[in-house]
Amino acid sequence: MDTTTSPVMTGAAAPSMVRRNGETIGFVIMVAALIVAPFFVYPLFLMQAMCFALFACAFNLLIGYGGLLSFGHALYFGWASYLAAHAAKVWGLTPELAILTGTATAAVFGLAAGSLAIRRQGIYFAMITLALAQMMYFVALRMKFTGGEDGIQAVPRGHLFGVIDLTNDMTMYVVVLVIFLAGFMLIYRIIHSPFGEVLKAIRENEPRAVSLGYKTERYKLIAFMLSATLAGVAGSTKAITMQIASLTDVNWPMSGEVVLMTLVGGLGTIFGPVVGAFVILFMQFKLSVVGEWVLVIQGVIFVTCVLLFRRGIVGEIAALFKR
Amino acid sequence: MITIFGIPSAALFGQLLIGLINGSFYALLSLGLAVIFGMLNIINFAHGAQYMLGAVAAFLLLQWTGIGYWPALVVAPLVVGAFGIVIERTLLQWLYKLDHLYGLLLTFGLALIIEGLGRNYLGSAGLPYTLPDSLRGGQNLGFMFLPNYRAWVIVASAVICFGTWFAIERTRLGAYLRAATENPTLVRAFGINVPVMITLTYGFGVALAAFAGVMAAPIYNVSPQMGSELIIVVFAVVVIGGMGSILGAILTGFGLGIIEGLTKVFYPEASNTVIFVIMAIVLLVRPAGLFGRRA
Repeated sequence: MDTTTSPVMTGAAAPSMVRRNGETIGFVIMVAALIVAPFFVYPLFLMQAMCFALFACAFNLLIGYGGLLSFGHALYFGWASYLAAHAAKVWGLTPELAILTGTATAAVFGLAAGSLAIRRQGIYFAMITLALAQMMYFVALRMKFTGGEDGIQAVPRGHLFGVIDLTNDMTMYVVVLVIFLAGFMLIYRIIHSPFGEVLKAIRENEPRAVSLGYKTERYKLIAFMLSATLAGVAGSTKAITMQIASLTDVNWPMSGEVVLMTLVGGLGTIFGPVVGAFVILFMQFKLSVVGEWVLVIQGVIFVTCVLLFRRGIVGEIAALFKR
Repeated sequence: MITIFGIPSAALFGQLLIGLINGSFYALLSLGLAVIFGMLNIINFAHGAQYMLGAVAAFLLLQWTGIGYWPALVVAPLVVGAFGIVIERTLLQWLYKLDHLYGLLLTFGLALIIEGLGRNYLGSAGLPYTLPDSLRGGQNLGFMFLPNYRAWVIVASAVICFGTWFAIERTRLGAYLRAATENPTLVRAFGINVPVMITLTYGFGVALAAFAGVMAAPIYNVSPQMGSELIIVVFAVVVIGGMGSILGAILTGFGLGIIEGLTKVFYPEASNTVIFVIMAIVLLVRPAGLFGRRA
């Protein structure tokens, strides 16, 4: 940043340095933890958690930085996982191409749904995204290739680039880790780019952004597409890793779950969605014995977060450090 | 047998009837959503769960105390409405100064809690609710068979819908309500207790949902997930109609029910998705909704 020409900026630069340092430390801790973790924790759980973490980060890009609440992100996650699974199993594509197929699907759906949803603001935006996702859920239920209630099972992990065998969980883990970190850094880059700054301006005051000459609709659409595409990366990776694509991933409770993960971790924080995804998945893992109570507990967490805990885990920690 | 466009008339009118019934529920629920949104600025995601609670309340009244359909039609909405008032006082009232999205998230959490409790105590399978004797049987209209209960549901919803419309648009109380929607501060300055009005409005909206639930109980099975499936469709109905107009919400609800019914006759594969497709088309052609005012 050129501070000599704008002395006003030097004041703002100081806290942002602190923030930058905090983010670097957080990033190092996260990478170190994820490298060590598979030696202590069940790797399949970690891989699943990383896929959901990337999904939540993608969702957070939209709500946390664009102020747009999509209540239908299962559409991109679920449909990407169907297409990736289909590409790997039926077309026999290598895993990276299968993931690309799923991602491209999510991008196309993101463009279509996004261009409809941005025609309305606020609460309507949420309802439209939810309704469109529900429509595509019914389509998934009807179509032959999705396998209906059974889903697509026994998806082969295959050989990465046709060479590296992914049947070993540790090899797969490395691939998922690389994909997750790449996605995470891309999102970080987007948030801190000039594009990301305009997005935040739209979140804060859309009419003002319009008056400054920004074509806000275009920015919102691009943000929506980016978010959907990255959700697609997460969904495709999950399909290949867990070797299954099912209706659960495309149905509305999944859309709610990603909202919950982001809310628990902290809306509009870099690490919040990652923390939230691990917390919620861990909770589901531990609570799987109590059956339907999971739904009640999730609901209670929603209500508590909204009433008492709006900054989320990471947001509260960051607030502690600011004092 | 009479056929219309190659479809037996009995099948066509049968589906039209089912469409009208679904339409009644869309209308009642979207009406409640619109009334609540007008006063509280909250989209009540728990509306489907409260509709389910109405049905469950009717079912439990019959099981536990033997209270039949007719008293349940009054008691269940009152009980569930009172529950709504408790929710508004304890939870929702803290959200009015925040972004609208938090209201959606909180009520979504409430919906999960209610549905989860329902699944725990009632199981996921549907429970049958027996029809009152007075509404069994039906009329043979010549071109179709009209069950008495279905006719009753359509008439009752239409009466309740237009009654609500009349109360809001044509009475003094309704005028206060509309004024408070426009400018609560000014209405308070005139000595009207707006917070109490807000609480009662929420209670009324919730009671409407519960009323729809009681009426739905004999038609569909009473099941914990009956609300969540419906509420998403009702959201699409609300997007199509726009929440600015009470009459708009009613007409859109009935209209879309009929269109859905007709789709079941002519192209059954699309019957689940037709309302969403219409929503997409309306967004392309009239982004503010059919009856909406551009914000």
